Amino acid sequence: MSKHANMTTLDRRKFLTAAAGLTFTLTVAPEALTLDDEALADAPSVPGSLTAWVTIAADGIITIVSPAAELGQGTFTTLALVLADELDADWSKVKVGYPPVWDEKTYGNPQFSNFIHTVASMATRGYFTPMRIAGAQARRALLDIVATKWDVPVGELSTEPSVVVHAASQRRLGYGEIAAFAKPPAALPKIADKDLKTPAQFRYIGKDIARSELPLKVTGAAKYGIDVQVAGMVYATVLHSPYVGGAPDTVDDAAARQVPNITDVVRLPDGVGIIGTTVEATLAARSLVKVGWSNAPAAAYDSERALEEFASFARDKSRAGLPFRPQGDAKAAMARAAKVLSGEYRTRYVCHTQMEPLSATAMVGADGKSVDIWAGAQSPTNVFLQVSNLLQTGRESINYHQHFVGGGFGRRGGEQDVVLDAVRLSKAVGKPVKVIFPREEDLAYGKFRPMTAHYIEAGFDAGGRLVAWHHRVAAESIYDYRRAASMNTTPGTEAGKADGVVMFGAGVAYYPIPNKLAEHVLQPAHARLSTLRGVGVGPNAFAIESFVDELAKAWGKDPLAFRLELAEGQPRMQALLRTVAQMSDWTRKRDGTALGLSLQEKAETLSAGVAEVSVDRTSGKIKVHNFWAAIDAGLAVQPRNLAAQTEGGIVWGLGHVLREKIVIKNGRVLQTNYTDYEVARMADVPNIEVKVVSTDNAPTGAGEDGVPLVAPAVGNAIAALTGVRLRELPFAPDTVRDALGA
Amino acid sequence: MVAFTVNGQRHEVGVDGNTPLLWVLREHLKLTGTKFGCGIAACGACTVHIDGEAVRSCSMPVSLVEGKSVTTIEGLSPDGGHALQKAWIAEQVPQCGYCQSGQIMQAAELLARNKNPSRAEIVAHMNGNICRCGTYLKIISAIQRAAREG
Repeated sequence: MSKHANMTTLDRRKFLTAAAGLTFTLTVAPEALTLDDEALADAPSVPGSLTAWVTIAADGIITIVSPAAELGQGTFTTLALVLADELDADWSKVKVGYPPVWDEKTYGNPQFSNFIHTVASMATRGYFTPMRIAGAQARRALLDIVATKWDVPVGELSTEPSVVVHAASQRRLGYGEIAAFAKPPAALPKIADKDLKTPAQFRYIGKDIARSELPLKVTGAAKYGIDVQVAGMVYATVLHSPYVGGAPDTVDDAAARQVPNITDVVRLPDGVGIIGTTVEATLAARSLVKVGWSNAPAAAYDSERALEEFASFARDKSRAGLPFRPQGDAKAAMARAAKVLSGEYRTRYVCHTQMEPLSATAMVGADGKSVDIWAGAQSPTNVFLQVSNLLQTGRESINYHQHFVGGGFGRRGGEQDVVLDAVRLSKAVGKPVKVIFPREEDLAYGKFRPMTAHYIEAGFDAGGRLVAWHHRVAAESIYDYRRAASMNTTPGTEAGKADGVVMFGAGVAYYPIPNKLAEHVLQPAHARLSTLRGVGVGPNAFAIESFVDELAKAWGKDPLAFRLELAEGQPRMQALLRTVAQMSDWTRKRDGTALGLSLQEKAETLSAGVAEVSVDRTSGKIKVHNFWAAIDAGLAVQPRNLAAQTEGGIVWGLGHVLREKIVIKNGRVLQTNYTDYEVARMADVPNIEVKVVSTDNAPTGAGEDGVPLVAPAVGNAIAALTGVRLRELPFAPDTVRDALGA
Repeated sequence: MVAFTVNGQRHEVGVDGNTPLLWVLREHLKLTGTKFGCGIAACGACTVHIDGEAVRSCSMPVSLVEGKSVTTIEGLSPDGGHALQKAWIAEQVPQCGYCQSGQIMQAAELLARNKNPSRAEIVAHMNGNICRCGTYLKIISAIQRAAREG
């Protein structure tokens, strides 16, 4: 394990022994791991101490469980240091590992139905308090043990990092020393709020702690799902139906089987698996398989034509929409309004194209019911739910090995498609199989952020006050798609409801308009769909914040002053607006560039941004020179990392603005690789300055809040510069050139 | 059979000469620090050095490496102590980390040729390497730091 610095995986058997007995119990020293469970159960006073969350070894090494998948958002550090702070652990002695068992009761995220599910920027938000309590419990247990040993009142004891101190007698005992002799308490100590540290007492929370796993990521030592090697494994890749609902009717695999080292070509429900003894053989053979796909409605899908229809349906208020968080009576208030303004906006499908192509390794037992799985999934819970459904087996027969994730962005959260293909193919050939989807498959079989068409009306009373807001979003539903694919495991997503992912951000919580209605004008799902970093807040903030600038212009008001008025009674949002105004020197006139403003809220995290842009009128090429952002995610547990996440989100959002789009024609995704699905590159990136505003609110998510700011801020800046409103994403050069009439 | 040196060690591999070097490194030699990203030299995740030159190993047939010296991220330094690796930690560059082996190998070629690159030279040299987490500005800072601190 020395190569793995401070990353470790707790031993499953060790944990089970502990879990079978007490809730807070002693665990065994590493040298005892060869003993069987019975021997361990009988073992007297073994060194080390453990709760489900923390193990302290006699050498003082403290191992903390982080249930959240490490996707690059830094939870291996953030969550562990939250516990370490309350435990008063010496951070240099802390190692971090995934849970020894994927037990939702212990490790599930209390804010996501107790799923072990790293999505929706929920990890810090959901685990912050449980992990503080776990740390405080472990610390209190150590104090109790020492109080008994020294026969002193526990109130006379205090802690320094990894040391219990009795000031009166000047005695000190290290946590490792305690672990060497300690006996378990019968039950975990109860912890009340008053037993937790005050912010002034934090050693790690709110300070910048270096990310624990980064040494592994600069030497090539970090193991991702795609890096797994299992004895006796073979390789596979998959050619899926280009469209939803297609199944392999005819398969001509003669040429593919001629490729040396190809051993099998296997039919899957919606594709063909190509299996061989080398990965290069499978990738070469994949392009030689000729498949005739069964017909399905999506086979004729044309997304650009559909977008025109979506726009007409959004505009046509006689078409019913599914309400999302309505307030007051927007329709009646609109009918009474003295002045009604409207705006229309469009976004296209975008794809994750996370750097690590989808990959999973599975080894199905001879019984066809038990399986080992190695992957980097955002959701172990969904791996268990979907694999147990596929194999018709109990989850105790599934042994899941979690790895680092080479970018998730939502692609590895809901649908565990690559894992299921690995399981199917391993079962088919009776060997461990490592499946890799090449980049071309990542796009052709991509699961996209839904394309959207927006129609928004704003109604003002005679006094010019915004009293009615009606936002219609015509789009497919991710959950409809997943239901059709038998892959929907997300609680609370029944058919016939507005898709909360698509509609995320349409509630405009930070604009306290008395009558609001957002509606999902539901379209039949033809594309494969997914959550994607920023989710619906991306498209919705683009529409809303573009529209708000248009309203400001209609009333002859400054976009900043207009938003400050609209956000009346929202001091956190107003503070962010003033912050980015100051950062960007908002009132200063520029030569050849202009500023645009935007804001967003996602699950109580607020952010605001200002873009400074110019445009080459001949080519239509937009250049973003500067981006200033401010974010309030409550208490900032790791400010520098929070800023880095926001900066990364801004770069992600920039891709959506400049070039990224998926177009589907005749049921086929036209984009094939990074050459024609053009994400943001280094030369595109502006200077970015992020100010983290830490407030005394509970910490909320921070992985996505840069994304939605970019499109409206850039669009508003272009409008300020040219007078022309860009209404659809991406702002590709040809679109911009046409809009500018150059 | 193709013979070449990887990180100072001589290897002979019995694979078809058209096999991309990437798969020889990753799956045959088990050096998984070099990553697969696109397969068409469009993202830079698979960047290694061949005789000191940064090359996309996904598009390099192993036959062309015969007799040459390959350096991967695992061989850039014995202990993660290359100036760029230290700067990458100091600037806390990686997020998911998947592209960073390729980023570091690409940057190492630049610093080997140009001890003090300008920002524009850094961007021009690094623009072929994609990072989906959006760490580009941190990468620039880390290259500048490595140039400064050597």
